[in-house]
Amino acid sequence: MCTLEKRGNIFFLTLTGAGDKDDDEHRLGLPVISSLLSSLADVASQSTRGSVLITTARGKFFSNGFDLAWAQSAGPSSAHHRLGQMVVAFKPVVAALLSLPMPTIAALPGHAAAAGLLLALSHDYVTMRGDRGVLYMSEVDLGLPLPDYFAAAFRAKIGSNSARRNILLRGMKVRGEEAVRMGIVESAHESAEAAVEAAVQMAEKLGERKWKGDVYAEIRMSLYPELCAVLGLAKVVPSAKL
Amino acid sequence: MCTLEKRGNIFFLTLTGAGDKDDDEHRLGLPVISSLLSSLADVASQSTRGSVLITTARGKFFSNGFDLAWAQSAGPSSARHRLGQMVVASKPVVAAFLSLPMPTIAALPGLLLALGHDYVTMRGDRGVLYMSEVDLGLPLPDYFAAAFRAKIGSNSARKNVLLRGEEAVRMGIVESAHESAEVAVQMAEKLGERKWKGDVYAEIRMSLYPELCAVLGLAKVVPTAKL
Repeated sequence: MCTLEKRGNIFFLTLTGAGDKDDDEHRLGLPVISSLLSSLADVASQSTRGSVLITTARGKFFSNGFDLAWAQSAGPSSAHHRLGQMVVAFKPVVAALLSLPMPTIAALPGHAAAAGLLLALSHDYVTMRGDRGVLYMSEVDLGLPLPDYFAAAFRAKIGSNSARRNILLRGMKVRGEEAVRMGIVESAHESAEAAVEAAVQMAEKLGERKWKGDVYAEIRMSLYPELCAVLGLAKVVPSAKL
Repeated sequence: MCTLEKRGNIFFLTLTGAGDKDDDEHRLGLPVISSLLSSLADVASQSTRGSVLITTARGKFFSNGFDLAWAQSAGPSSARHRLGQMVVASKPVVAAFLSLPMPTIAALPGLLLALGHDYVTMRGDRGVLYMSEVDLGLPLPDYFAAAFRAKIGSNSARKNVLLRGEEAVRMGIVESAHESAEVAVQMAEKLGERKWKGDVYAEIRMSLYPELCAVLGLAKVVPTAKL
């Protein structure tokens, strides 16, 4: 599942997984997705000037994407339907992050793949490990086409055609330093703790700016109009208050 | 014209030109365009997991663009109409590349044709990417402009119409500038080992370029995941 804590101005949303295992892949099944959605609603409702969100995960993985094992466990004829349910359920999570009234940072302790990578990229900033962990869109290797909002998010968030092509069409496994070079993440660090610490320092700096959350969200959404349209986020008419 | 061969999993589409001349510019006239279209249909129909296409050309040039000499040879009033015919005829070729159910590599570029591919390799020592339309005072057809916007991300790269090998690599337009075309074959072999499902590969590719696909008239495919 996930937990939500607040320390000062920083909200910590942590994918926790079952038990004490540190190798939980934090698969995004329907219960986790639902838990994320309600946590993000809580965060939004508690937002004040200077709030920042850090999303991270316990253990070696950030998230390896949808719960494909659950999808397949009811037999081949239901698998397609179950995957569809997760695709549909996850879309509001991406929408919630895109419209969250505060800066957002994903701190990756390890691998982020498929929907897990999309979860990371839905944040304004990403920090990750440089020594371990890859970013990987497995869909081409698994023979799964991309849901509409997945493709839209990658087009919005990854500016270079060759980077998008390498990640989505080549199924490249991108390590920390390469991800920084590609402009996908801010920084790569020598440990999971260091990646989280970097996120905290960034959050503190961003929080000092004391931005108005609703305006921050509007500006963010105006950067990604096509993605917002796909996500069903209403076009907000900017109202400047001088 | 063009020839199509298959070696293992790799399809080789080669612009051959007339005779043995090494300096054939492989101008895209109506017959060549038609030949390309039917070759691409053959390739698509023979596609299996692990298939890869390499497009190349015999001689010094990949393609210097449309057959402007043919356009102008019937006199000035027909020239625009003939150019229009070639523009219209080429659009399905670009669409065929964009929807081809396998990875595609252009070895040696002729710009628009090359940009229709997933990967482009070119010679570092020779060869330039050159959009002559600006110099010739020809406006860009809709799908040219859409292809440029889709495939070349940087504004300054798009403005820069004349690029040499190393510069093109730096700009992210081509993968590598090498002495030989072997690099394309090695890349094809690596890509082929992944044994991707061609129809899904094509869907993912098209989802990267929705605007270009709309201009090309490629129907929006509703993704169907099969686990």
